[in-house]
Amino acid sequence: MSTLDASAQSARSEFFAGVRAQAPLLLGVAPFGMAYGAYAVKAGLPTGLAQAMSAIVFGGASQFVAVRLIANEVPGAVIVLTVLLVNARHMLYSASLAPYTDHLARRWRWLLAYLLTDEAYATAIARYRRGTAAHAHWFFFGTSIALWTTWQVATAVGVFVGAAVPDSWSLDFALPLTFIALLVGALKGRPALAAAAVAGVIATVGFRWPYGTGLLTAILAGMAAGIIAHAALGADDEEMLAP
Amino acid sequence: MRLWIIIALAGIGTYGIRLSVLALVHHSRLPVAARSALRFVMPAVLAAIILPAVVYAGGSGDFDIGPGNERVLAALASGAVAWASKSVWATIGVGMAALWVLQWLG
Repeated sequence: MSTLDASAQSARSEFFAGVRAQAPLLLGVAPFGMAYGAYAVKAGLPTGLAQAMSAIVFGGASQFVAVRLIANEVPGAVIVLTVLLVNARHMLYSASLAPYTDHLARRWRWLLAYLLTDEAYATAIARYRRGTAAHAHWFFFGTSIALWTTWQVATAVGVFVGAAVPDSWSLDFALPLTFIALLVGALKGRPALAAAAVAGVIATVGFRWPYGTGLLTAILAGMAAGIIAHAALGADDEEMLAP
Repeated sequence: MRLWIIIALAGIGTYGIRLSVLALVHHSRLPVAARSALRFVMPAVLAAIILPAVVYAGGSGDFDIGPGNERVLAALASGAVAWASKSVWATIGVGMAALWVLQWLG
């Protein structure tokens, strides 16, 4: 086999490993996308706009909020700022992944940034933590394009057919379950444990805070707790691969 | 037309947030303290998404960590499986099966 063939094969295997890592999350994303599409049309959005928002904004929670605010005839500037607030945590994902992607060509970084979501971040960072490889960005691309494609199709089903999966199936539970598996793999050392504990508690307390501020506050507080625990415990409790 | 402009601006802004450190500002320009804090984004965000989805009945109802909330027991079972098996599919399989069985019994 030539070097070129080996390289293409490695890229392909990373891509499909990324798709497979996203598959359990898609169980929950598909009904969520359908619910969004059905909700947007019911709220009175034109079908074209409801569909396009999934490609233009590509952020589930923020799209639900945008639809609600549009239906309530809230001023446009408020809608835009609210969407940005709901999606503000993506800046942390962007910064967290940047050390692993900074060697890539610009077109790759601009593409991967567009595809960055909670689910893509979780699976991609777990991949990078296991070690970097020449084609690890193909994993990132595979895992995020699988999500993107599912989100667009699910939106279309919701918009044009309606929500096809009853809530009683509880498929939304696939998201926390997949994240439990990823979290168990990430909890190495007491500072990481402190970060998770504080973030979990604050997210629970702030669950009904408006516009995702509870989630954002929880992540920031969890990071602070990790830093404080790390400083208090000293370098002998070094827990994870940098960064 | 007005709605299209609103969504376009929301999309451009969201893209800017995602691009920020990945493509616009190099991560080496961040303060050292911020960079070391980024190690904790992953455990923090995972826990912050998991816990509310478990302790609120049905994922979005009332706060309930008693036996009436099937999700608590299902999540504990899946956590044990995740710990022992390191397998995402085993974790999600046991968790969903536990939830469905408990809902069916309840």
